[in-house]
Amino acid sequence: MPAALELRDVRKSFGKTAIINGVNLAIEKGERHAVIGPNGAGKSTLFNLISGRFPVTSGTISLNDREITGLPPQDISRRGLARSFQITNIFPKLSVFENIRCAVLWATGHRYSFWQRVGGLRDVTERCDELVQQINLGKRRDTPAGVLSYAEQRALEIGVTIAGGADVILLDEPTAGMSNTETADAVALIRSVTVGKTLVMVEHDMSVVFGLADRISVLVYGQVIATGTPQEIRGNKAVQEAYLGTEQH
Amino acid sequence: MTSFFHIRRLALWAITALVMIALPLLLTQSFAISMLSQMGIAVIFALSYNMLLGQTGMLSFGHAVYFGLGAFFSAHALNMIGAGNLGLPVTFLPLVGGVAGLAFGVVFGYVTTKHSGTPFAMISLGIAEMVAACSLMFPSFFGGEGGISTDRVVGEAVMGITYGQGRQVYYLIAGWCFVCMIAMFALTQTPLGRMANAVRDNAERARFVGYNPTRVRYTMLILSSFFAGIAGGLAVINYELVTAESLGVVASGNVLLMSFIGGVGHFFGPIIGAVLVTYLQSALSNYTLAWLLYFGLFFLVMILFAPGGIASLLAMHKPAWDVGQLRRLVPSYIAAGAASLVILAGLITLIEMIYQVETKKEQSGTVMNLFGLTFDAANAGPWIGSLATMAVGAALLWGASRLVRASWQQVTIAINAKRGA
Repeated sequence: MPAALELRDVRKSFGKTAIINGVNLAIEKGERHAVIGPNGAGKSTLFNLISGRFPVTSGTISLNDREITGLPPQDISRRGLARSFQITNIFPKLSVFENIRCAVLWATGHRYSFWQRVGGLRDVTERCDELVQQINLGKRRDTPAGVLSYAEQRALEIGVTIAGGADVILLDEPTAGMSNTETADAVALIRSVTVGKTLVMVEHDMSVVFGLADRISVLVYGQVIATGTPQEIRGNKAVQEAYLGTEQH
Repeated sequence: MTSFFHIRRLALWAITALVMIALPLLLTQSFAISMLSQMGIAVIFALSYNMLLGQTGMLSFGHAVYFGLGAFFSAHALNMIGAGNLGLPVTFLPLVGGVAGLAFGVVFGYVTTKHSGTPFAMISLGIAEMVAACSLMFPSFFGGEGGISTDRVVGEAVMGITYGQGRQVYYLIAGWCFVCMIAMFALTQTPLGRMANAVRDNAERARFVGYNPTRVRYTMLILSSFFAGIAGGLAVINYELVTAESLGVVASGNVLLMSFIGGVGHFFGPIIGAVLVTYLQSALSNYTLAWLLYFGLFFLVMILFAPGGIASLLAMHKPAWDVGQLRRLVPSYIAAGAASLVILAGLITLIEMIYQVETKKEQSGTVMNLFGLTFDAANAGPWIGSLATMAVGAALLWGASRLVRASWQQVTIAINAKRGA
């Protein structure tokens, strides 16, 4: 299987503090991969490195066999990698529809144009309305994103992430802070919007992880201590000691 | 739905055009026509400024650079037309200003838009100071202290239009103003215009959907400089003079005040601000020496009580208008307005007395006329009287504000009931 996303000996230090200590990771095309690990293990930092938010200290990252190390976020996004954020990161004054449209406009090639009326772009409007329906915010289409409920904002966060049609999707704790029913809805949504795509997600809710992921990587102190199927991870001694064990107390 | 909004919008533009055409027929005095001309120029300039501040979230302290440089290039072009070296009708002279503004936008914007937020504001101020300094270093182009003077009545008369009369100049400015307003509004409805809002709200997120926020800011600044330059070109035709003042930081501050008072959160906000501030500046300065003080106080009150500007005050009333409840607010507003007038009367008396004693004593003594009353500012009575008036006004306003709050409560209940139904 060719790798959709590959990290080779990726390291990141902030000053003298090393957060990521040589991560090697190969995500296969079309797989759903979860990254788990205790707080402070560096999961979000890893996402920030992959998506270009922070530069790596050393190591290389490639997307579909092309190196993306050191590229700015917009270039990585244009090459087909999209991410969501742990803390909701949307356009608060724009409506739900417009939030989605920001991502669709780039993907449909309208970019920086100032010679077309945005309302007249049929393909864009149709695609955005489809997506708004898909994330179940049809009734909130014209509501400013800033006044949505928390769960709705999380759904919009996912919507903005997938709207550009990227084939590699990074979701950072998509169900954090949600009730059980909201989590179930979010999982169903993630399933439906990532069909045929490669998904990498950071997640704390083990039921979500074991329900969704094809493979799991465990990150502890900035290193991947194990990668494998949910069964393998459940049976892994080192993982139990480092991580799962502490959850059972 | 969409077509309904289109019809309403078209109607709004048509009304705007009619008002612009009718105004000089109703206000025929020459000072009124010249004020209307100034308003037209200010509207273009303020709207171009709001492309940065309101739409892209860029607080510039140097936007007059593009207005002023556009004006200087237009002045030289107009002089060339006058000397027979340039075959351009005066009607299209503002395009010279626009292109000059745009060209400097390309150059300066490349530097300023590398950053956003406070660094952008500081760099824009630096560039404004730099250009102002240059204007004194190159007197052959900028004309030194005296500036560049010119004559707009040049070239062949097209259909009898020579721009000799103030009214012809007004219609030229109004025409350009109308076209620019539509163009700048249309820009808000394009992919770039919408992404400018997105970059304003959350530049980082824009990156993660593929956009380079710097490129969005840069393009918006270039386009905004074009319109600022057009306004500069119109100013040259209007005044037949351009000095270094027009590109200085005071002029940049002025356009910021206009936009802010009008309201940067709405497209039409800066239009209101430009009209109102131009009016205050030319009308108030006819009445009193202290007009800058009044203007400053007005700005202060706006920032404190209506930070979203006049446009946001209007927008606040739209839900009440929609459910037909606006009239419920009227009595309390009249009460609050009357109370404010009482405070204002006391305040004006006080300020004018200070001015009389401090600046006009030598010329005309301390006896003065105000509101049809004659009194002597050397006596204690008028001072006590003005302070007492302000105190009474404040008490009345306190009472009136309770009325306003009570009627707003009723209106809010009515709005919520309509929404629920």
